[in-house]
Amino acid sequence: MLKIENLQASIDDKSILKGLNLEVKAGEVHAIMGPNGAGKSTLANIIAGKEDYEVTAGTIELNGEDISELAPEERAHNGVFLSFQYPVEIPGVSVTNFIKTAINETRKAKGLEDMPAKDMLKMIREKSELLEIDRKFLSRSLNEGFSGGEKKRNEIFQMAMLEPKLAILDETDSGLDIDALRIVANGVNKLKSKDNAVIVITHYQRLLDYIVPDFVHVLYDGKIVKSGDASLALELEAKGYDWIKKELV
Amino acid sequence: MSKYTEEDLEKELETQEYKYGFYTDIESDTFPVGLNEDVVRAISKKKNEPEWMTEWRLEAFRVWEKMEEPEWANVHYEKPKFQDIAYYSAPKKKPKLNSLDEVDPELLDTFKRLGISIDEQKKLANVAVDIVMDSVSVATTFKKTLGEKGIIFMPISEAIQEHPELVRKYLGTVVPTTDNFYAALNSAVFSDGSFCYIPKGVRCPMELSTYFRINEGGTGQFERTLVVADKGSYVSYLEGCTAPSRDENQLHAAVVELIAMDDAEIKYSTVQNWYPGNKEGKGGVYNFVTKRGLCENNAKISWTQVETGSAVTWKYPSCILKGNNSVGEFYSIAVTNNHQQADTGTKMIHLGKNTRSTIISKGISAGHSQNSYRGLVHVGARAENARNFSQCDSLLMGNACGAHTFPYIEAKNKSAQIEHEATTSKIGEDQLFYCNQRGIDTEKAIALIVNGFSKEVLNKLPMEFAVEAQKLLEISLEGSVG
Repeated sequence: MLKIENLQASIDDKSILKGLNLEVKAGEVHAIMGPNGAGKSTLANIIAGKEDYEVTAGTIELNGEDISELAPEERAHNGVFLSFQYPVEIPGVSVTNFIKTAINETRKAKGLEDMPAKDMLKMIREKSELLEIDRKFLSRSLNEGFSGGEKKRNEIFQMAMLEPKLAILDETDSGLDIDALRIVANGVNKLKSKDNAVIVITHYQRLLDYIVPDFVHVLYDGKIVKSGDASLALELEAKGYDWIKKELV
Repeated sequence: MSKYTEEDLEKELETQEYKYGFYTDIESDTFPVGLNEDVVRAISKKKNEPEWMTEWRLEAFRVWEKMEEPEWANVHYEKPKFQDIAYYSAPKKKPKLNSLDEVDPELLDTFKRLGISIDEQKKLANVAVDIVMDSVSVATTFKKTLGEKGIIFMPISEAIQEHPELVRKYLGTVVPTTDNFYAALNSAVFSDGSFCYIPKGVRCPMELSTYFRINEGGTGQFERTLVVADKGSYVSYLEGCTAPSRDENQLHAAVVELIAMDDAEIKYSTVQNWYPGNKEGKGGVYNFVTKRGLCENNAKISWTQVETGSAVTWKYPSCILKGNNSVGEFYSIAVTNNHQQADTGTKMIHLGKNTRSTIISKGISAGHSQNSYRGLVHVGARAENARNFSQCDSLLMGNACGAHTFPYIEAKNKSAQIEHEATTSKIGEDQLFYCNQRGIDTEKAIALIVNGFSKEVLNKLPMEFAVEAQKLLEISLEGSVG
């Protein structure tokens, strides 16, 4: 699904990723953990195609195709989805209108007609039930006045609607109380299949109680320095990151 | 990376040509340039006007001669040379039409290019269209249906002939000839426009619509519109404009007067798309318009405007809330791009008791443009319990444009409640990236954000007009769209 080799990237001449390797296969859930400033969000943004970063070396392949030259929307059309740590507000644009536009733009890119309104409505109904979203919520302006939990739930709702191949959840657990966390995690679990993959970026082990990863990677100073199974997350929780840092010296 | 940057967008915006920039070569009957009493008399004579009308024009001209062009607006431009303008231009063949077959084929073609199919309009939108082509109306439809209800909707030149008593009674009562420089000029030389009268208690069954269009290079256009809604009546009036590309500046100084008698309601919607000039700010229409409505007891006037065109706009649709319990509304979207300048807003004059007004203004600036909101809320000494709510939002694109807000409040009655809210925002990189990440390209993302920003106003437009307005917003800001 996703294959990253020797990825090096910088912003304003400051090197952030320093030769990162990562392979994610269909059906897998990967967790990327690490201390603040390790480059976790940078990695998420670079996979999604944010222009602020300069990729100086390495490749990013999605299903065998190099996507590093593609515009963000083209990557999205190819099935990359990023659940933002801080979703932006778009006043006056309803959640429904936004997701409708996103779906139809993606269909247009694939040479398909707009999704018939009836099908769209049916899908919205199904997915909002799946994520325990109140229908009234869907007519509100995108993220405007949303609580932290509502914003994250809205991200997962969009993920459910867009059915991406690769979903990257950037700190989806931050700002969530335990109930919201459970709903969001359940949503992700229900959307998981053998054909898609999920990368969970998080500081804490907490989320991984609900979304159980197949692999856990520790990102430190722009590289993945340690990989393991779900037990690695527990070990990190118990020992902190200093343990890893010491090991590296 | 093959990404679509803001610079790419800027480039596209610059190279975007005016969509309706073409010129129809219809034989015109144009006066020599210049303005004096003889020209005013000649215009009046050309239109076969009664004596009182000629005198009315001459009075206005004499007032205008002594007036100075106003300079208080936040716009900068080379002043028109008033003696270099031809003050009358009419298509030479003014046919009496029984069917569309009789219309000049070239004119029909113009309509087609504008996307106006008269036939289609008739069927589709239930709209009676009175098309003003270079100052003289050449097609009037639905007269019969309207006639059955006693509604008068015709070119004002015809109304002067057929209903002189009505025109004489109301013309200049809301915007007097002495009101301002451009209103005085318009009063002296107006060539045509529309007249509408809705009798007592009649609800006009269709949206009344006029398409204005400037043709013939170097011709100033001076439209005059008068809408009178008698007691308890209702009318929704639509005005839409497109104009061909022109190198020299064109002057447009219209006057619109609305009169809503007791319990009457007038909804007046405008989509304005005059030629804005090229990317260096050369050419383009000067749009100096005076629009004002008068509300009697329990009456309501609602102005809705979508302003995307003109090089310079100077326009303040206003309401005089004379009657008790009367209501004034102003909903506006003003888009400026490249070197466009807009100074627009409203005046809400509260004179009666329990009068209410609402002002929602959305300014969108891009390129090197300057966009100003200027509004006055006046509450007179006798206006007990007057209320006003104003909201002025500005959206900026890029770093070279400007947004300004000049709200004036004069409250002479202590019971007045006046609220004013203002916001300024910028389309952020983060918003664009968020949309991009969801598969929405930058162009579409901007359209989405702009439409969201303008929604409260777009919602006030009649359905088919709202669609047109939305398209115009996209065209004005997005180059490749449309």
